[in-house]
Amino acid sequence: MSTSTVLVILGTFLASAVEMVEALTIVLGVGIVRGWRSTLIGVGAALIVLAALVAALGPALSVVPIETLRLIVGALLLAFGLQWLRKAILRSSGYTPLHDEDAAFRRHREEAAKAGRDERAGLDWYSFTVAFKGVLLEGLEVVFIVISFGSAQNKIGLAAAGAAAAFVLVVGAGVLARGPLEQVPENTIKYAVGLLLTSFGCFWGAEGAGVDWPGDELSLLGVIAFIGASSFMLVRVLRRRRVAPAPVEAPA
Amino acid sequence: MKYIRSFALFWWNFIVGDDWRVAAGLAVALGLTYLLTHEGVNAWWLLPVAIVLLLAGSLWRETRRAS
Repeated sequence: MSTSTVLVILGTFLASAVEMVEALTIVLGVGIVRGWRSTLIGVGAALIVLAALVAALGPALSVVPIETLRLIVGALLLAFGLQWLRKAILRSSGYTPLHDEDAAFRRHREEAAKAGRDERAGLDWYSFTVAFKGVLLEGLEVVFIVISFGSAQNKIGLAAAGAAAAFVLVVGAGVLARGPLEQVPENTIKYAVGLLLTSFGCFWGAEGAGVDWPGDELSLLGVIAFIGASSFMLVRVLRRRRVAPAPVEAPA
Repeated sequence: MKYIRSFALFWWNFIVGDDWRVAAGLAVALGLTYLLTHEGVNAWWLLPVAIVLLLAGSLWRETRRAS
């Protein structure tokens, strides 16, 4: 198995796991308070929309020439991945609070308890729409990552396997824990995912633009190391800047 | 109209996010890479350097606002 194949599976697994943990928190927050029937129908409906999207986009992308696809996918992954990395650096340096899954769970529960009852087509509309939107929005990011990683590397099946493994793990752990997965080191995983998305975006984007990477696929490791080391340095600089005392004005 | 606006906003947030300058800078860097490679320069180094500079600039602006 080549380096990039391992990284494709690892990247889709980690990115999907993070998004699924967030979707699970929303679903649990609503389901526990308002009941499971409408919530699970909302989850099912969102999964059908996502599956239709994959079924439509997957084959459509296979007709695009690989170089063009890598340029487009690389550009999108770069823009998307840099957002993750930027947020992860701001969290690690203390400028943005860490994401707290337990607090998010409590907030979803409180909102679900306060919302009024609106029955439509035999469904509790609040549970249905919140579960549907939560799973659809988090799922769209999973679909985007799976399709972009899979199509640029011509390994949609392996990318989907990474996401499927994350689904089994997160849902299994959620059922066992019967609560939000607050023990998951979500911020560390988001940092790693941001780094992988940005590095893959850089690698494929440049390749799509016509670059010949020295060392071919091995240079992907070099890109990860370079962006990783630079981002760690940025975290250190920002931490130091944050704790540095404000300059004292000299007396006139 | 409301749905079209929310749809466009969703994709804007999804791809561009909090700092449009980063997305614009990436587009310029990719364009330059394309031009250089098609002029015979194998500019593999350009994009990684641009990424780090754009990231540092964006973080600098954000943290200067916060502090």
